Amino acid sequence: MSMRDSASTAIAAASLGRRPLWVGLALVGAAILVWLVVGLWPDWLNAILLSKKAFVSAILNGLTLAGLYFLVASGFTLVFGLMRNVNLAHGSLYLLGAYIGYEVATRTGYWLIGVAAGFLVLAVVGILMQVIVFRRLEGDDLRQTLVTIGISIVAADLMLAVWGGTTYQITPPLWLEGAVQTPILLAVRSNGSPVYLPYPFFRLVVLFLAIAIGVGLWLMLNKTRVGMMIRAGVDDRAMLSASGVNVHAVFAIVFAVGAGLAGLAGVIGGSALSVAPGEDVRYLLASLVVVIVGGMGSIMGAAIGALLIGLAEQIGLIYFPTYGVVLTFVIMVVTLAIRPQGIMGKAR
Amino acid sequence: MTLVATDRTRTPGLLERIGAPHLALGALLLLYPAIASDFFLTQIGGFSLLMGLLGLSLMLLAGYGGMVSLAQITIAGVAAYSVAIFGENNTGVLGLGWPWWLTVPLAVGLAGIVSALIGAISVRTEGIYTIMITLAIATGFYYFTNQNYAIFNGHSGFAGIKAPVFWGINWRDPLPFYYLCLAVAVVCYAAVLYGARSTFGLTLQAVRDNQRRMRAIGYDVTAHKVFAWFLAGIIAGLAGVLLVWFNGRVSPGTVSVQAAISVLVIAVVGGLRHPIGPFLGALIYVMLEVFAIDLVGAERFNTLIGLVFLLIVFVSPDGILGLLRQIGPGLADKPLRPDD
Repeated sequence: MSMRDSASTAIAAASLGRRPLWVGLALVGAAILVWLVVGLWPDWLNAILLSKKAFVSAILNGLTLAGLYFLVASGFTLVFGLMRNVNLAHGSLYLLGAYIGYEVATRTGYWLIGVAAGFLVLAVVGILMQVIVFRRLEGDDLRQTLVTIGISIVAADLMLAVWGGTTYQITPPLWLEGAVQTPILLAVRSNGSPVYLPYPFFRLVVLFLAIAIGVGLWLMLNKTRVGMMIRAGVDDRAMLSASGVNVHAVFAIVFAVGAGLAGLAGVIGGSALSVAPGEDVRYLLASLVVVIVGGMGSIMGAAIGALLIGLAEQIGLIYFPTYGVVLTFVIMVVTLAIRPQGIMGKAR
Repeated sequence: MTLVATDRTRTPGLLERIGAPHLALGALLLLYPAIASDFFLTQIGGFSLLMGLLGLSLMLLAGYGGMVSLAQITIAGVAAYSVAIFGENNTGVLGLGWPWWLTVPLAVGLAGIVSALIGAISVRTEGIYTIMITLAIATGFYYFTNQNYAIFNGHSGFAGIKAPVFWGINWRDPLPFYYLCLAVAVVCYAAVLYGARSTFGLTLQAVRDNQRRMRAIGYDVTAHKVFAWFLAGIIAGLAGVLLVWFNGRVSPGTVSVQAAISVLVIAVVGGLRHPIGPFLGALIYVMLEVFAIDLVGAERFNTLIGLVFLLIVFVSPDGILGLLRQIGPGLADKPLRPDD
């Protein structure tokens, strides 16, 4: 262990010595980045990017939106990666999670119970879907797709029947409300006191939650026995089954985690933004584009895709409002043109 | 080669080539206005035919090309919006007022080009991936029309689009509109049937069955697929023009994700193995839509259509056509390829 460590340090040191130009450029780049965050912007930069406040807010909003997209898309890509079926009812799972979270949180008065309910109920729904629907249609991609579309039609209509067309807002608890001062310097007052950018605390929590869940998923896939089976199943399902693993049980676990994540994202999204009919389509689209760009079946790809799409959407919202959607699709088309399998996707 | 030559020596007559079922169906459709009221003529007859056309454009891609697309309503929407933008509308936005004989070919041509572009984007992928990418494109177009006011007039879209009046006939009237839909549907149906047996059609089906082999033989697989998209776009464009005349308006709701899924529902419920399938599916869909009020009330139509769709997908993957074939092999057309 220590030998390998020292070896890699030696290699790093060697490459540092061999590529002084690149290291220098990287250092300069990092310094500029730090200065951009903590320093005051000159007028010409403010003029190009509207204002530092607008630009930095767009970046932060993009990051938190990316966190939300990652939560939804990671479940989608996890299910797809192992079972090779696109669950086109994934957006419906998001919306159902949001409604359940709203009901539970308002009735119990505890937001955290709402979040837990969103995850657990949808995990159960996921297992039911896997057992009742997908087990019958194993290996038949087109029919699985059609059936999930049918389910999403029925689910959207029934949710409309139960909750109506009104927009709901899940209230996050007091300890998550309010704004925090970020260390991002906006201006200096005439008396010399600095003005820092305030940012909603809840949105930062969303971002950190997404990172935590992303790391958790990565650990589960790479460090646990179940994760090992899932990865084996992605590569060769028949061989996994032949080596004595109960593939059905693994599938059920994956579907539970995937659907549960969609439900969890629903409660979080319903607290950060709002819950309304039509959100199912919006988050299905987000999941589709994120996994198409990032590469299907890859958690890392979902993270990269979510970052690209979230940032593009929010930056687009500020600098060219109408064409934000177009920017998203330009990213998708360019990615497909260069790498049809997505940024982190494996060539097949 | 010799086989084809001997086949050609015995040229069957035109009537024999068309076949008795088609003649009977044609006679029925021609005589339908004699028994139908205006409501049945337009809302069920005309609307079923034009929705069937949309389904037919998907059937061409999915049945012969193996590419399931969810963007057909988007392509029809391009044609519908073109008619509103280049022709006349009473919304006060654009409406260049060009005559119908200019706007219609332009609208259909644009639909074909857009379709070929969507095809060019999606043919690099296969199966589920095509569905996902076309769904993403359809959703993106919906959001774009919803937000863009300069060209698409945002959420409200365009209203007051009239079908033209020429040869002394107002084509918006029930009877002319029905025959117009019937004529377009018959031409497209016959063209698809004929095209499926042409060199291009056979090549496309061979690509569907074994893409790698066709590529190895030396065919340009991508070009064939993109051309299939172009042809499907022409059909969808014609349906889009009829649709905008039928509704008299076009808005983002016309190209919504729900509408995109409806086209898939129609084609799959009818059956993707023969061009008649989408028309069957459209008839069932439209009948359900019209009479669902008596069954479940207008509000829960989507639950009903979703459940019917689920039932058919579970019972018969080949839709109504597949069911017919199970009941009596002689009732339905022969499968395009041996069951695999």
